[in-house]
Amino acid sequence: MKPPAFKYIAARTVEEALGVLGSEGERAKILAGGQSLTPMLNFRLAHPEILVDINRIRELEFIAEGDGDLAIGCLTRHRTIETSNSIRTQCPILSAAAEQVAHLAIRTRGTFGGSLAHADPAAEFPVIALLLDATMNIRGPKGTRSLPAKEFFVSLFSTALQPDELLVEVRIPQWPAGRGWGFRELSRRPGDFAIAIVAAVVTMERGKFKEVRISMGGVGSTALRASKAEQLLKGQPPDDGALQAAGQAASEAADPPHDIHGSAEFRRNAVEVLTRRALKDAIERASTS
Amino acid sequence: MSDKHTIKVKVNGITYERDVESRLLLGDFLRENLNLTGTHFGCEHGVCGACTVLLNGQSIRSCLMFAVQADGREITTVEGLGDPEHMHPLQQSFWDNHGLQCGFCTPGMLMTAFDLVRNYALETDEDIRLGLSGNICRCTGYQNIVTAVREALKVLREKPMA
Repeated sequence: MKPPAFKYIAARTVEEALGVLGSEGERAKILAGGQSLTPMLNFRLAHPEILVDINRIRELEFIAEGDGDLAIGCLTRHRTIETSNSIRTQCPILSAAAEQVAHLAIRTRGTFGGSLAHADPAAEFPVIALLLDATMNIRGPKGTRSLPAKEFFVSLFSTALQPDELLVEVRIPQWPAGRGWGFRELSRRPGDFAIAIVAAVVTMERGKFKEVRISMGGVGSTALRASKAEQLLKGQPPDDGALQAAGQAASEAADPPHDIHGSAEFRRNAVEVLTRRALKDAIERASTS
Repeated sequence: MSDKHTIKVKVNGITYERDVESRLLLGDFLRENLNLTGTHFGCEHGVCGACTVLLNGQSIRSCLMFAVQADGREITTVEGLGDPEHMHPLQQSFWDNHGLQCGFCTPGMLMTAFDLVRNYALETDEDIRLGLSGNICRCTGYQNIVTAVREALKVLREKPMA
C-alpha cells in the first residue's frame, strides 16, 4: 500500500527538529533511517501529520571516545557500526549484534538511535544497550537529560522519550580488559526478527565468574536482564551445572509472547539453550587477568 | 495536508528536477515519474528486496525512502548497471548461468550483488547466500543466482571495474 499524506520538514539542525516537535507534539514524528517507520506508513498503521527528517543533521552521525566511554551518535547507520574497526576493537559484541540486524539494504539506512527509540522487543540493539548499561542522552526543549538504558525501555515499542524529545547520543562504558562476550540469536532465516536473543559478557578471576551480565530479547515486552541468572553465577566456576542453572533462571525470567513464529514454551526453551551457548562463547573469549 | 517539494536527483548519471508529493516513495518516483520500471515493488515493507537500488553507491530499499529524501543525492538503478549491448559482468553472468526465470526479483538481486561484490569479502557460496538473504526469489530456488554471482566475481577479480 501507499503511505497516507503528511507534511515533510527536512531539519538542518537539532534545534530546528526540536522546535517542530515542541510546537506540534504528537502530530509530528522523527524520520531517521525510516526502516521501521516507513513500513508502518506503507501499511497505514501510523498516520503522523508531520515527518521531521533528521538525516541532514550530520553532527548526529559519529562514533567517538568520550572519557573512556564509547559515544555513538543517534544517526549512526547500522552498516557503519557493522563495518567499524574501532567498534570491533572497543565493543565487539556490538559489531556481532549489528551483523544480525535485518539485511544489508536495511542496515545502509537504519540508525542506532532509531532502533533504540523504536524499542522493538525482538530487536538486537536494545538487548546490547541494556546488557552494557548504556546511557541514553536525550535533548528536549529544556536541555539535555541522561537516562540509563534500564529506565529508557518502558514497554512494547515504548520508551521514556517525551513527544518533544530527541535521543541524540548513546554512551557505552569502557570495555574492561579480559572481558569475553557471546551473542546468540535464534531466527528462522538470517535477518528475520529474532525468536529469541541472548547476549552475555563475562570476566573471569582465578577460574571463577567475576562480572556476569546476561540480557535477552524477543521474550518480553522489552529487552530483559536475567538478573537472577547473573547472581547465580557470580563467584562460581564455569562448570556445566552452573551454566545449566543460569539457563534455567534466565528462562524463568523471560515472559515470552506466543505467536506464529513460536509458542511461549518454545521461546523459554530457546532462552535456556541460548544462555548456555552465549555463556560458553563468552567464557572462551574471556582471558584471565 | 499533503505538501509538494521540488527535488533535484541524479539517477544513473542524469539530473532530474521534479515536483513531488512528500509521501511519494522513491521507488514510485523512479517507476512513474522517470519511467525507469526496472525497479520492482514486491512487498512495500522492506523484506523482499525487489525494490533495491543504490543510494550514493550503497544498496537501499526504494520502498522505504521518500523521493523528497533523495534531493541532492545520487541513485543508481538496474538500468544504470548496463544495457543489453553492454551488460555489466553481473548481468552477463546472470544471463550465462540462468540466474533468473520470471525476472521479477532480478533487478534487486543485481543491485544487492553489486553492493556486495564491491564492499564485502565473499569467499564462499555461504557468504554470497548470506549477503543475498534479503532478496526473495520465488522461481529459481536460488542456486543459479549464487552461481551467477560467484562466476561474476571471478570476472571482476580479473578485471576490476570502477
